[in-house]
Amino acid sequence: MLALRSQRGLDHVGLICLPAKLHNSPERIPGAVRATVARHRGHYAQIKLLYADCGTGGALAALCEELGLEMLPGAHCYAVYDGVARFAARAEMRSFFLTDFLVRQFDAFVWRPLGLDRHPELRDAYFGNYRTLVHLAQVDAPETAALAESHAARLGLAFERRLTGYGDLGVSLDGWARPDGPRSARSLGASPPR
Amino acid sequence: MAEDNPEDEIILSELDDAELVEQMFDDLYDGMKEEIEEGVRILLDRGWPPYRVLTEALVGGMKIVGEDFRDGILFVPEVLLAAGAMKGGMAILKPLLAETGAPTIGKMVIGTVKGDIHDIGKNLVSMMMEGAGFEVIDLGINNAVEAYLAAMEAEKPDILGMSALLTTTMPYMKVVIDTMVAQGLRDDTIVLVGGAPLNEDFGRAIGADAYCRDAAVAVETAKALIARRHNRAAAG
Repeated sequence: MLALRSQRGLDHVGLICLPAKLHNSPERIPGAVRATVARHRGHYAQIKLLYADCGTGGALAALCEELGLEMLPGAHCYAVYDGVARFAARAEMRSFFLTDFLVRQFDAFVWRPLGLDRHPELRDAYFGNYRTLVHLAQVDAPETAALAESHAARLGLAFERRLTGYGDLGVSLDGWARPDGPRSARSLGASPPR
Repeated sequence: MAEDNPEDEIILSELDDAELVEQMFDDLYDGMKEEIEEGVRILLDRGWPPYRVLTEALVGGMKIVGEDFRDGILFVPEVLLAAGAMKGGMAILKPLLAETGAPTIGKMVIGTVKGDIHDIGKNLVSMMMEGAGFEVIDLGINNAVEAYLAAMEAEKPDILGMSALLTTTMPYMKVVIDTMVAQGLRDDTIVLVGGAPLNEDFGRAIGADAYCRDAAVAVETAKALIARRHNRAAAG
């Protein structure tokens, strides 16, 4: 999000982040969003939510409807980065996805929360039905790709890398935050998808 | 750090029945598969009927695991380890239960819906339902409506269980239920649904009999709905 803001010169747009670890307990996301919006609403002309459904089973969409907010389309950040329509068309049921963020934070957000640091024997209980780890790369960085490939090996999965850029995140942002003139009053409060 | 003292080691065979069951609760909680298998064998050698070993030692222990999971004391890795330990005990008991004609309180067909390969929750439900005395036909993952209908036709279950982990796959449960309605099968079968993104409102909206938030709730709900059905049949 910071990269997109910088690329597009959206310096009138503010960014407020919620903890990324909320993704590991999606039922807590709507409450955190509600509280954050309430805290910041008075400070911005507009607030947009940079979350897709993210495992909330429609609860986030219902909250946005209630609060009059717009959010990202799609089921999760993987679909957003890959492009929601493209992701749906691929129907990759047996693929496990990592964004650049998750590649870098793999131990903190995947390996340790699943207990694999203490009980590596559980690996196949979690990943036995998957075939491929797909790295959805936002930035073309060989070191991140190499790290992702090493994660695939740890999980016993084949590896595929897909350079997506920011996908529909950029599309949504362009639609929302195009300034009407210099220093537009429109502002964006956001919580970046992982 | 304290050193292991061989004198502190617990010899399972030296415990009396009550102590052994208590110890098995602890071992199940800690996911100690070999110790659970040993405990099961000891109780069987002492003349316990297999059904009693299952209900008092294993299901009793898993109930504690389930409650602590619900209360946020245990997390998925610990529950999986406990389930693995229980599975070890069940593998010993299952053939004996079949031989001894242990009571079956109902039959369940269960599977993860089409497009979804996640089966941890479903597997826990299957295991706990078996432990509670249900016969479980597990269809595995990625089940189209045709697979559910074929299994219902072949098995005539009391309960159909459907599981989904993804927001994108959970609506498929409604496809299955709508097809059951269209084919006149819905009233014959109790439908239970579960999975992380689901909730009670969703269960109601798609026409399921109940949403079950975890395996322990699934067992209690299944028992209650089966009993209600029997009472209705008796009254009718």
